[in-house]
Order: sequence, then structure tokens, then C-alpha cells
Amino acid sequence: MNKPLRRIAIFCGLLVLALLARDNWLQYVQADTLAEHKKNRRVSIERYAQPRGDIIVDGKAITGSKESGSGDFKYQRTYKNGPMWSPVTGFASQRIGATQIESIEDGILTGNDDRLFFTRSLDMITGKKKEGGNAVTTLNARAQKAAYEGLKGRGKGAVAAIDPSTGAILALASAPSYDPSDFAGITSKEGKLFQKLDKDKDQPLLNRALRETYPPGSTFKAVTAAAALEHGLYDDIDSPTKSPLPWTMPNTQTELKNEGNIPCKNATLREALRVSCNTVFGKIGSDLGKDDMLETAEKFGFNSEQFVPVRSNASVFPKEMDKPQTALSSIGQFETAATPLQMAMVASAIANDGTLMEPYMVSELQAPNLDVIEKHAPKEMSRPLSEENAQKLQDMMQTVVNEGTGRNAKIDGVTVGGKTGTAQHGVDNSENPYAWFISYAKTDSGSPVAVAVVVEDSAASRDDISGGGLAAPIAKDVMQAVLDSKK
Amino acid sequence: MSSSTTHTSTIGAIGAPSRRNTELALLAFAVVIPLFAYINVGLALDGELPSGMLGYGCGLGLLAAVGHIVVRRFAAYADPLLLPLATLLNGLGLVVIWRLDQSEKLQDLAKAATGQFSASAPKQLMFSAIGIALFVAVLLLLKDHRVLQRYTYISMVAALVLLLLPLVPGLGMNVFGARIWISVAGFSIQPGEFAKIVIAIFFAGYLMVKRDALALASRRFMGIYLPRGRDLGPIIVVWAMSILILVFETDLGTSLLFFGMFVVMLYVATERTSWIVFGLLMSSVGAVGVATFEPHVQERVDAWLNPFSDAVIASTGSDQIAQSLMAFGSGGVLGTGLGQGHSDLIGFAANSDFILATFGEELGLAGVMAILLIYGLIVERGVRTALAARDPFGKLLAIGLSGAFAIQVFVVSGGVMGLIPLTGMTMPFLANGGSSVIANWALIGILIRISDTARRPAPAPAPNPDAEMTQVVRP
Repeated sequence: MNKPLRRIAIFCGLLVLALLARDNWLQYVQADTLAEHKKNRRVSIERYAQPRGDIIVDGKAITGSKESGSGDFKYQRTYKNGPMWSPVTGFASQRIGATQIESIEDGILTGNDDRLFFTRSLDMITGKKKEGGNAVTTLNARAQKAAYEGLKGRGKGAVAAIDPSTGAILALASAPSYDPSDFAGITSKEGKLFQKLDKDKDQPLLNRALRETYPPGSTFKAVTAAAALEHGLYDDIDSPTKSPLPWTMPNTQTELKNEGNIPCKNATLREALRVSCNTVFGKIGSDLGKDDMLETAEKFGFNSEQFVPVRSNASVFPKEMDKPQTALSSIGQFETAATPLQMAMVASAIANDGTLMEPYMVSELQAPNLDVIEKHAPKEMSRPLSEENAQKLQDMMQTVVNEGTGRNAKIDGVTVGGKTGTAQHGVDNSENPYAWFISYAKTDSGSPVAVAVVVEDSAASRDDISGGGLAAPIAKDVMQAVLDSKK
Repeated sequence: MSSSTTHTSTIGAIGAPSRRNTELALLAFAVVIPLFAYINVGLALDGELPSGMLGYGCGLGLLAAVGHIVVRRFAAYADPLLLPLATLLNGLGLVVIWRLDQSEKLQDLAKAATGQFSASAPKQLMFSAIGIALFVAVLLLLKDHRVLQRYTYISMVAALVLLLLPLVPGLGMNVFGARIWISVAGFSIQPGEFAKIVIAIFFAGYLMVKRDALALASRRFMGIYLPRGRDLGPIIVVWAMSILILVFETDLGTSLLFFGMFVVMLYVATERTSWIVFGLLMSSVGAVGVATFEPHVQERVDAWLNPFSDAVIASTGSDQIAQSLMAFGSGGVLGTGLGQGHSDLIGFAANSDFILATFGEELGLAGVMAILLIYGLIVERGVRTALAARDPFGKLLAIGLSGAFAIQVFVVSGGVMGLIPLTGMTMPFLANGGSSVIANWALIGILIRISDTARRPAPAPAPNPDAEMTQVVRP
């Protein structure tokens, strides 16, 4: 009976061998795939096992962490003044995931980033628990507060403010907003709340400052004016332009209308910007042609996404259009659409004597021990207009604030330049217009702030006063806040 | 084969060393390793030495000591590896069950299901003690394993009764879809675990008597030799009945085990390879047959083929296989360290059917390979015992028991690792479960008894007065 016994022994050996082979396949060959499988909860458990690093504004954390209290995710995110900061931070939710800075700098915040490898290895040896690093932002808490409070009082809208000399983003507000603390955990209650926010027709989850493009209306005339100066159509801002009134758009029977009865016939550039003449700037656009207009608009950043490092939607200046469409586009209508960030970039390039700096909002990434891992150096993005022309445009925009539609943005003792806009939209302009204001403040030591404000106007009359009346005060408060914090 | 001249596998009939001291030294390791593992878990979970250290350490040490003394006294020539290996597995199982007791997730799960949580490790220690007691009883009462031959037909009846018990209304319990438990005085028992041993005794006894008839008095049919119905009939009937009962109880693992054991023992008894072919043929017919009318089986096959599919998880109501695979994957080569994994994500079966996944996650590839090799060694010592045994009954019983042990290990770990469909059995000695531990200690007891008989030196031949007179005369 020994021969079959030996064979059975071999058979049992093969059974064990098969198990060993399978185990090697699972735990060696397939180990990483399984360990990082999307259904493998260990990844999330690990992720929430220690407090997340913080997002820092003006040296203070605007985020925090607390113990979840239940479940296997130990820590969850908390936010200080969440609705105000959510366009900056995004959210980090155990249930839904992370967005914006919370998502982009996730590696640093959780402490998993490869650049933290050295500190992490050191901690492993010394037995210290893993910690997350911090993301230091460029934001100005007072400016952000002014922007958010201003918007909240006026309904829906967004504000973007930039330091023109560096491109550092100072304020990024959006209303209505949400508090990311409300759904930072994993409970189904939090999931339902998120669903509700997601379906809300007012879109509180939308970051209007970066992700929504609005027709910029008359504020785009600043770009058209820059194009006119840059391409040599007009040199002197105080000489009359060749602008008939009424003006029929080329190749059409349609007259381009101004809002109200304003003196636009052969108006100077300064005067045309002051009262916001559609005829003058429409004709400039059509005289320059789409290529010149497109060139200037793209130098200001149109038609490309910005990564600040959160991605902003690309603003649109149409590439294909005929003469009358070019005229309409040049006064911020037709298909022209801009994010608040884009219009703040326009104002900042003008304020910075023609140099557009790349916008950014994370100035530094820190290791858990506060060592700097990465520091952002301001970078020039383009030069949409020459220094001389930029100063001419500044002159014109200051007239708008001092004697024109932007009087509401005046600040005593400070030079302020701006441009209002009321953008009509919807089929046959049936929907309520957007009130726009872009501006900058200037002191002896240069310009510390350029800002763009859009208010999704619900009850405004359809003239430029809406931009000046609704948006300009917010812009003023934001500029004032930045100026105050510089003192 | 030169096996006629060299003894490579069987132990020589005369003068085998008893190896009791080797066993004692190995037992020391088998107690110390789980003790260190226990300390390791405590340090990892709470940062301090676990409070029950002395209790569990002494408990395991005492069990090992009792086992050793009884073997030394009543089975002096037994195989020295079987007891230490079983003790080591039992100890490691205790540690991991205790570790899973500490999991808040499993505690919450138990509270949600039954309203209260009670730790499993103390119970498991108690069952291990009962298991050792049964082991001692086997060695004390069973002076010679051949006695068991007398109980061939009683074993048959006992096995069928044991298998039928869970179907008795009021006694049997349906737990998680399988009707394989009975409830006696507050304890739940899995009679199938004991039936495994009893039916091995019946097979061995019957086949020993009928092996010549089975092997030789056969008729040729379609190219293979078929034995006469009166020889094969009874055993086929008993075997088929067991399988049918198990299928009704949806205890697929055990039916597979019975089938495998039957084929192995039949093959060894008759020495005819055609039985293997015949067995494989029948098993595939049986498997397909059962799979077509048992939705339960169909589900398990689906869960095996697509463990991560949402549809399958929804239809089976559990993602245990997926969780188990991810536990193995997350463990990687070296594991997370005892107490530092998340195998409790598997859910309620984490400390029973799926206990190997915790080893996989926390001890890694290295740990699981060690565990599998320990099982491999136990089986190997069992087969060696069968080879060494001098009587056909002992050979058949030893190979039946070790074959069953090997198949059980393969079916459980293969299922947990996604090699074959999951059939729901417990890892011998490791998994939480009283019947399993007790029955397997009895199994080890019987193997030790057989090996003791096999290795015991033959009594010295009576001195032959003629021997001295014989001389070789050279021409």
C-alpha cells in the first residue's frame, strides 16, 4: 500500500504548493493593486488617521481638525468661517472627497507627498506619528472679509482681488456659499446635505470667482481701449475719435445703441470710457479687426485656463467672428465671457504698468516641522500693453472713478481707477443683467490691489449705474481693506 | 526503485529513538512564539503589556505540558512533531482571535446583531483545554488503534447520526445560510467536524476488510475494472448519503472533504489509479449537478469569479471575498505587524472562516507561508505515519485523517485567497470555533497513537539457540 501512499503525499504537497503559489501571487505580485484598490477602505483610514495639515491665511490657520468620534476615520476637517473661505480652500470630506486646494495640495496636507519622504522616514525611526504639512496662501483676511460681506449683502456674485505687482491673489469670494464643515464627515446625514447643496438651483457649491464665466459687459472696454492704444489706432486719449452717432455696424443695417442719451459723437477715448460709449468701442473693435482684438485679449489671459494652482475656467474671446460680431465682442457682448479672476487680471495688468503677473494663491508649502518645501516665486505672464499706454489707460480709468460711472469706488487720498459694466444676457437679453466693476488702487509706492466684482443682479435697472451702484462699493471696501492692512 | 535496499521513508522496525526530548524542546518554542505574538499585539494596540499575558501564557504552557506528559507516558514513541505543530497553530490562533476581540468594529457589529458582545478568546482557550482533554482521553483510552476496527459499523451509524443532527427540528440551528450547527446546553456544536473522524474510521475498517475483493474481484467495463456491487455498494451508499445530507445543509466544504477523503482512501486501499480518474469524473458530474439546482453554489462561484463586482456583492449580500483579498494585498510581503491591520473590515467571519486573512494582512506573505508550511508539515507527518504503520487499518486511517486535514486546509485557505470558490470551513486550530478545535485535537491524538504503534520497536526476537551454531564454512 505504500506506492499509492507516496502518491497521496505528493498530491498533498501539490495542494500546499498551490496555496503557496497563490499566496505569492496575492501578496507579492498583486499586492500593490489590491492595496490601492478603490474599494480598499484602508487607504482612507490611513488618510484620516492623523489630523490634516492646515491652510494658512495671514499666519493663521483657516482650517482645523477634530476627532470624528465614531467610525474608523479618526479625524475630520473643520473650517473657520467656512462659507467665506470655501472658494479658496475647497472642501475635504470623508464621504465625498476633496476639491481645490484641499485636493491639489492633498499630498502635503496628509503628509503623503514624496517631498516629505525624508521627514517621514526620520519620524518612522524616532517613532513619531505621521503629520501633515501646511499650505500657506497669499490671501488677505481683511480683503476676503470685505469681499464676502459685500457680496452677502447683495445676493449672488463673486469677487477676485490680485496684487498687481506679484500676481498674488488677495481675495476670492463667491456667494451664495457653503460651509465645508457641514459635510466633512462620513455620516449619511452629511451625504444628504451635500446632495441638497449640489441640487440647489442657486449653486452654492460653484466657485464663481474661478469657475463661472460671465459676459463682462462694459468692463471689457478697458481691453478694447488697450488694443486701440497698442495697435496704434489712437494715440492721444484726449483727441476726438472718428465715431459717428448713430453708428451702423459694418455689413449690417443694425445700429449699435448706447445706453441712454450720452455724448458719444466723436468723443475722446477718455470721454468714451467715462460715459461708457458702446458706439465708440464697438467701432474701435471693428476697425482693429478680430485678429488685433484677439491678440490683445489673449495677452490679458483670455482663452486659456489659469492654474492658481486651482484651475480656473478659460475666459472666452471668440476666435471666429465677422465685423459686427467683433464690434459686439469688443463691448463685452456676443460670445465674450470672463471669469472674475480674468477681469481682475485685466485691471492688475493695467495697474502694473502693462505687465501681467501670473496669478497664484499658494505662496508656500511647509513640512510638518514648518520647513519650506516649495515657495512660489512671482512670474511674469505677459505684457499686454506698454508702460506708456498702460499709464494712459490708468489716466482714463481714474477719470471714470473721479467723474464718471465709477464714483462709488472713490477712496479719499488714494488714486483709484475703475470701469463699470452691466452685462445683459439670456435670450433677447431677457434675464437680469450682471453688474460688474473692475478697479485698482494706487499709492505712491505703486498699486497694492486690483479687483473685479460681479454681482448677479436681480433687480437692477439696465444701465451702467448698476455696475457702479452695486459692484463698485464692494470693490471699494476690498481695496480699502488691502490699503488698511498695508499701514 | 532502490527502496528495497534503503529505508528513506519508513522508520526501521527496530530501535527508533523515542525523540521525546526533541518534542519538549519544540513545544517550548510552540509556547514562546504565541506568547511573544501576544505581547506584540498588546504593545501595538495599547502601548503596554496585555493584562492577560500571564493567564494566556500559563494556560497555553499548561496545555502543552499536559499534552507532553501524557505522550511521554502513554505514547513514548510517537511522532515528535505533531504535538508541537498543533500547539503552535492553536496558540497563534488564540492570539489572533484575541486581537480581533479588541476591534471596535467587530464589537459594534456583534452588538448590532445580537445586542451584546462577548470576547471569543477566553472561550477559545476553554475549548482548547477541552480539546487537549479529548487528546489525553484518546491516548489513555485507545491503547491500540486497531481496537477501532471493531467499531466499523457503529462508526457508520454514528457518522450518519452526527450528520443528521443539525436537521433535527429544535436542535439544529441555521446560521448564515448553513444548517450545520446544533445547540446543546447553550453551546453550539458543529457535528460535521466530529463526523469527519468517525467516518474515516468506518472507511478504514470497511476498506481494510474489502480491499482485496475491491481490487481483484472486479469486472471489466468500458476499459476500467469495476468491483462487484456487494463489495462497493454499502460504502457508496453511506458516502452518497453523507454527501446528500451535507448538500441539504448547504455545507459544501464538508461534502467536498468527505468526497476527497473517500477517493483517497479507496485509492490507497485498492492501489488502482482508475479510482482517481473515476473520482475526478464523479466529482465534476456532482459539482455541475449541485451547481445547477443550488442557487447558493451559483452565488459562491460568481463571488469567486468577480469578487469586486458590485452586482455580485449586492446579490450575495457580502463583500467578504473582496475584503479578504484586499487584506492580503495590503499586508504585502512583510505585513503591517500584529494588531496594526484592518482585517476587521471583513466583518463577522473575520475570526472564523477568514482568520487567515488577518494573518495575511498582519504577518504578510512571510507569515502566511510559514502557517501553510506548518500545515504542510502536519500533513507530511501524518502521511509518514501512514507509511510507517504496519497494519492496513492503521495505514488507511492515518492517510484518511491526514488527507482530510490537507483537503480542509486547501479548501479553506484556497477559498479565502480566492483560488477556489469559498465553501465555508474553518482553518484547523487557528479559527474561532469550539467543535473544530476539539475535533482536530482528537484527530491529532489518533495520529499520535498510530505513529506510536508504528514506531515502537518490535519486541526482540527470542534468542535462537541455533544461531550460534551456524557457521559459514569456506571451502
